[in-house]
Amino acid sequence: MGSSQSLMERWKTLQKCVCDGARLMVGQGDYAAYAEHIRRTHPDQRPMSEVEFFRNRENARFGVGNTSGFRCC
Amino acid sequence: MGAISKHGPWALVGALGAAALSIVAVERGEAVNALWLVVAAVCVYLIAYRYYSLFIAEKVMRLDPARETPAVRHNDGLDYVPTNKTVLFGHHFAAIAGAGPLVGPVLAAQMGYLPGMLWILAGVVLAGAVQDFMVLFVSMRRDGRSLGELIRSELGTIPGIIALIGTFLIMVILLAVLALIVVKALAESPWGTFTVMMTIPIAMLMGIYTRYIRPGRIGEVSIIGFVLLMAAIIYGQNVAASPVWGPAFTFTGTQLCWLLIGYGFVASILPVWLLLAPRDYLSTFLKIGTIVGLALGIAVVAPHMQMPAMTKFVDGTGPVWSGQLFPFLFITIACGSVSGFHSLISSGTTPKLIANERDARFVGYGGMLMESFVAIMALISACVIDPGVYFTMNTPAAIVGTTPESAAAAVTKLGFPITAETITQTAQDVGEHTIISRAGGAPTLAVGMAHIISSAVGGKAMMAFWYHFAILFEALFILTAVDAGTRACRFMVQDLIGLAVPSFKDTASWVPSIVATAIAVGAWGYFLYQGVTDPLGGINTLWPLFGISNQMLAAVALTLCTVVIFKMKRERYAFVTIIPTLWLCICTLTAGWQKIFSADPRIGFLAHADRYAAAAAEGKVLPPAKNADQMAQIIFNDRIDAALAVVFIGLVLAIGAFGVLSCIRALRAVGWTARESDATAGGRPVPAE
Repeated sequence: MGSSQSLMERWKTLQKCVCDGARLMVGQGDYAAYAEHIRRTHPDQRPMSEVEFFRNRENARFGVGNTSGFRCC
Repeated sequence: MGAISKHGPWALVGALGAAALSIVAVERGEAVNALWLVVAAVCVYLIAYRYYSLFIAEKVMRLDPARETPAVRHNDGLDYVPTNKTVLFGHHFAAIAGAGPLVGPVLAAQMGYLPGMLWILAGVVLAGAVQDFMVLFVSMRRDGRSLGELIRSELGTIPGIIALIGTFLIMVILLAVLALIVVKALAESPWGTFTVMMTIPIAMLMGIYTRYIRPGRIGEVSIIGFVLLMAAIIYGQNVAASPVWGPAFTFTGTQLCWLLIGYGFVASILPVWLLLAPRDYLSTFLKIGTIVGLALGIAVVAPHMQMPAMTKFVDGTGPVWSGQLFPFLFITIACGSVSGFHSLISSGTTPKLIANERDARFVGYGGMLMESFVAIMALISACVIDPGVYFTMNTPAAIVGTTPESAAAAVTKLGFPITAETITQTAQDVGEHTIISRAGGAPTLAVGMAHIISSAVGGKAMMAFWYHFAILFEALFILTAVDAGTRACRFMVQDLIGLAVPSFKDTASWVPSIVATAIAVGAWGYFLYQGVTDPLGGINTLWPLFGISNQMLAAVALTLCTVVIFKMKRERYAFVTIIPTLWLCICTLTAGWQKIFSADPRIGFLAHADRYAAAAAEGKVLPPAKNADQMAQIIFNDRIDAALAVVFIGLVLAIGAFGVLSCIRALRAVGWTARESDATAGGRPVPAE
């Protein structure tokens, strides 16, 4: 019992893992984790919106002193 | 007790690996199946990961799962985020995987597949993966600080500055050699040039989409971009065949060189959302997809190795690159077994994302094993094609001429029989005007990949498509490296000039940005131009310089790791980093010395310069120079290259000397002197054995 559900859950986990992995490969971290972190540790602050977060990460990736957008060999 | 159940399966893996290796190494006379190389490699990786990386993790580093990582301590949801280890593995692998492990092994194949394969495996297990893992560990224990900062804090300010300048020079050479590979792949190839150029409007379209239409939707925009890319490859054939558009997209190497320089300049000052970021999606996902596809292709097709295990060119007389097996094979393979650039990644974003110290082993050591596997696949791709085709593609035009007949005669004379018809037919199969003297590795790899993948999907009719797909895949992520790398170089220049003129540091202001970008582009553009106009194809000159610089950076990073081990008072395990450091120093110093002083003008820069200078003094003009000015230019280029080699040698010797001094100081110190950033670690007592 419950095996189909756990299979479904596993599939969901795998899907999330692949999606998160793909996004992180291009420098986009987990927005949900960020929002959750701000809510938990800085309840007084307004977290960036998803779009703001996206642009923040995009700029950080190619920003000053950051070579992570630079692919080596 | 459980020793058998614990180690038994691994003994089987070891036995299988040994059997596979002996089949690869010993069998003569008939072609070896490429799968044996895969089996041998995977077994070596498994054993190395299970035992050696565990030894490093437990004895040398003493990874502590209870200790807070920077991601946990500084968690800000942005740069420092505890991340699932599988997700992080993907991130790290995508960041370290580039053109190096694809090109190096292809060039190394001129000596046969065996020497290359053995060094890829031995190098990664004992040097490359150790470096990536150790640097990751060192940075992780120090808030994820960068290599330059780590060297400054553990070795001193002067070594820190030396390392920074070295990194800049190395990056310049890297960008030049990467750009040269693209030029070599696209010269006189309208189909390839069209598809690669189309990536620019496609990326801009994607950029506008993610900026204004559906912000942040990376998945869907990447699918749109991918579909457009495939359309560009398919219609590229019609463009190339068109009497109007075909010639419009046909460029000589020199024209492409100027186009690339202009592109690098513009791309690195445009807003990142418009070009850099969206192209990054395409190149990253295409790269991972193609690597997986190639692995599946090799597994399904199980091709046979056509190249001999060892060719006669181990003596250093090969046409693809000059120099003997030692030290030049090690310099040539570079990234697939050990890459100094990974030390920049391992001390970049990855250490800030590790959730648990134990994950560093999987991410650092495991990630590099994966990279090495990519190198093995590239080696296989280069060796499953007809060796005659391989040498036709990789021998300089100065030797093979430009017609199929002259090339067939010259390559047959080298000992690899091939007919003019085969050369013409292969060019037709892959949809190129010619395959003669297409040095640089990328076209050869593309032919090999097209050979493997078309055997699995599409057959011969699809070969041209797969060839251009492979070219696009390589060109795409090389261009991503060129523009993002130029941007990174630009910031370094602004930083360096900013030491003297503080206002220059303002990255938002236009004048410093443009001046710094021009300096960065000018630096790599100079070496690119020199490579493109080189009669021996440029790769001959630039790839060894690149290999030397890359391996030297690895030696510098490993020196840092050695110093840290001494400072932790664990010097009895320091052999883990000392052995690869010494080996890399021996290889790079010997190669550097030979590149400067060898009397053979094919190897030594100064001997080559002298030959031209002597001819110039007599008023003679040696090809490819057409007049006295070009003669002077060649002599000047040679001397610049020699000077660069001198700088690299000086750099590694200086860091080595500072490293030894730091080790001696650490030995004399009573206790722990490593500067870990954890509050509990300052002067922390050495834990009992």
